Amino acid sequence: MRWSRRHVLDTDDWSTEEIEAVLDTTGAMIEVLSRPVRRAPPLRGRTVVLFFAEASTRTRVSFELAARTLSADVVNISASGSSVEKGESLFDTVRTLQALGGDIVVMRHSSSGAPYFVSERTDAAVINAGDGWHAHPTQGLLDAYTLRGALGDLAKKRIVIVGDVVHSRVARSDINTLVPLGATITLSGPPTLMPSAWRCGQAPAGTTYEPDLDRALEGADAVIALRLQKERQEGGLLPSLREYTRVWGLSEARVARMRPGAPVMHPGPMNEGVEIDASVAHGARSLVERQVTNGVAVRMALLYLLVGTPNLEAS
Amino acid sequence: MLAVRLRDAIRANENATVPLGSLDITLYRDDLTRIGYAPIVRESALDFSVDDKVVVLVDDVLFTGRTIRAAMDALVDYGRPRAIRLAVLVDRGHRELPIRADFVGKNVPTKPTDDVRVHLTEVDGRDEVELIARERVSA
Repeated sequence: MRWSRRHVLDTDDWSTEEIEAVLDTTGAMIEVLSRPVRRAPPLRGRTVVLFFAEASTRTRVSFELAARTLSADVVNISASGSSVEKGESLFDTVRTLQALGGDIVVMRHSSSGAPYFVSERTDAAVINAGDGWHAHPTQGLLDAYTLRGALGDLAKKRIVIVGDVVHSRVARSDINTLVPLGATITLSGPPTLMPSAWRCGQAPAGTTYEPDLDRALEGADAVIALRLQKERQEGGLLPSLREYTRVWGLSEARVARMRPGAPVMHPGPMNEGVEIDASVAHGARSLVERQVTNGVAVRMALLYLLVGTPNLEAS
Repeated sequence: MLAVRLRDAIRANENATVPLGSLDITLYRDDLTRIGYAPIVRESALDFSVDDKVVVLVDDVLFTGRTIRAAMDALVDYGRPRAIRLAVLVDRGHRELPIRADFVGKNVPTKPTDDVRVHLTEVDGRDEVELIARERVSA
């Protein structure tokens, strides 16, 4: 397969071959990261602009490490203390990014769809590092890579995603990536935090909603806990965090309902003691640290694949 | 494959086993931004230290020398070999870089437009080197 995408905005329209191409390239990047000299030259002379209009440390650092490992120059633009905070429009920010000569723009934004807006107005390749509730494609891909490393072929594997699904770009991207690879997904969590159509029998293909977490976990091959934003309780969607933990939190006893040794994942940062017990988060089943390492390699794979796209050449 | 055969021959004749690895040089190519797409990268497998070792690079056909330049750049990211040598099955000439092989199976005079294809029993079921003459395509 020959890679032909200019941007990585969402994986919802990707073919299985494209997902596989990224995962295979990720394997090669893992090997690069294991070398004594953790650096390879394919992005030499290229500039990667990290435009994070929403607070993020781990994703930004992960992209920065990925870009530097491939020898790119990295420019950081963050929301706080920047022109964005001073009231600059997204359109003007795009023009600035363009003038800076960025070849690849990695962007996070609180508005769903913002990366699409930018991709249509710049010559640079755009990678979506999370937009609103919409998508977080690199998280979906790194979760797929991590699950494949732990479970092998994902065909007929059943993965549980538990938590605040309605506000979660991670859940959407996990679904878009894991279902084409053959996995089935059981969504669980409070009905108030589930898209209403999804809990009324119209969940996306390959997924089902099971409000009872104990039942969802029974015999499952893996579980992904989503981060619970504390604002949700203030917004009246949850009676209390303690109740959430009692009903939807991942405890030792709960994860033991899964297949023996079935792994536990979390996109981070974790609220230990809320959606996941500390003993589970740091226990033998936890792949949380592996997710972080694999995240760098997945982002390297995408940066590498985009560097060859013709439009990047023209810019 | 060629390196595997050399390793096996050394084992049979010298009763010594030399470590064997493989390098994917895609990330080190000098034409990545010129070819218009990103070629597939495969995993390199070098599970031994190259520090202070004499490392012999093995390739089937030596042509422009650009692949070997990329391989040397990749190799030094793994350590500092005492020396790097080059063994090739066919040297077809037309170098674009100051690189030469230390061990050559056969020198074959070619035109730059020719195609040299190496078939090995392990992959293609036969050992054969084909020289295919190509007419220069007029622009």
